Amino acid sequence: MAPFPQPPSTALAYHELRAGIRAGLPVAVGYLPIAIAFGAFASEAHLTPAEAVLMSALVFAGASQFMAITMMLQGTGGLQIVLATLFINLRHLVMSMAVHHAIPRSSRGWRALLSFGITDETFALLTLHEAREPVHHSHVFALGLVGIAYAGWVVGTALGSWGAQVIPAAMSAAMTMGLYAMFIRLLVPHVRRSWRAAFVAGTSMALNALLGRWLNPGWAIIAATVVGASAGLLVGGDA
Amino acid sequence: MNPRTVALIVGMMAVTYIPRLLPGLWVGRYRLPPAFERWLQNIPYAALGALIFPGIVRGEPAWLGVLGGITAVLLSLWDAPLVAVMVVTIAVVFTASLWG
Repeated sequence: MAPFPQPPSTALAYHELRAGIRAGLPVAVGYLPIAIAFGAFASEAHLTPAEAVLMSALVFAGASQFMAITMMLQGTGGLQIVLATLFINLRHLVMSMAVHHAIPRSSRGWRALLSFGITDETFALLTLHEAREPVHHSHVFALGLVGIAYAGWVVGTALGSWGAQVIPAAMSAAMTMGLYAMFIRLLVPHVRRSWRAAFVAGTSMALNALLGRWLNPGWAIIAATVVGASAGLLVGGDA
Repeated sequence: MNPRTVALIVGMMAVTYIPRLLPGLWVGRYRLPPAFERWLQNIPYAALGALIFPGIVRGEPAWLGVLGGITAVLLSLWDAPLVAVMVVTIAVVFTASLWG
């Protein structure tokens, strides 16, 4: 790792940015129906469109935003909502380690910027993109990927909170399945190729199902991820 | 905008951004032990496993999740492009939901 990476040429940076936007487009499209639903849900809790969009723009973490609105509707205090948000989103701490490990040649400022855009989906694409070419380790590529996903989330929230039912309810339920399909598509080639990947993913699934009986979903995913990845150290095999 | 709501949103942002940010400040400052590197390589497999299951079958009705999951796995085994897997899975689940 070079201590002072050379700034990429403008042409290269543009190429990387475009590649990142292309890679992130499926996430943005997958986010749209969820963000529209969030916008509509937020107006039920009497958030103004501006407040709903502000929440999506500053928090950018779907599950915790839905949970916050649910708690607001139940009359929960702000401090409890913030605490619950912390617990639900703590899993990004572990994901962020893997993301920054995959993009080694970025400055601190870049890492601070990219960190803001780490979600379950952007993490999955940034760490398990199938064609591992040099461009996929570039911070400009990561910015394009994260940026388009962010745009999808914020624009979708705006549409939903202004009451635009662009996507029929039955369709948006099916579109949510698109993000699961993305996770599966990213995971399957590794599971096929490597016993370790299969063992780690299987252990983590089983643990999450089991722990979900007692822990809230945020903690269950963190525990399953940490224990599953650690269990993988016990078996050999290539990644 | 209601100031209390804005304060809540800013609080949510702080507790969400800080865990995302911290590893980015650490990375590159220390040479990681090999075991820790291997652990980091396992994180995507573990996290994706936990994100997929059992969340995929938590929707209503659960069998739609099973159907979507099987569709996506079969297409992935066939090495279909990412976007194709997403679109076909959505189409299958949507069609099935109209019948169900």
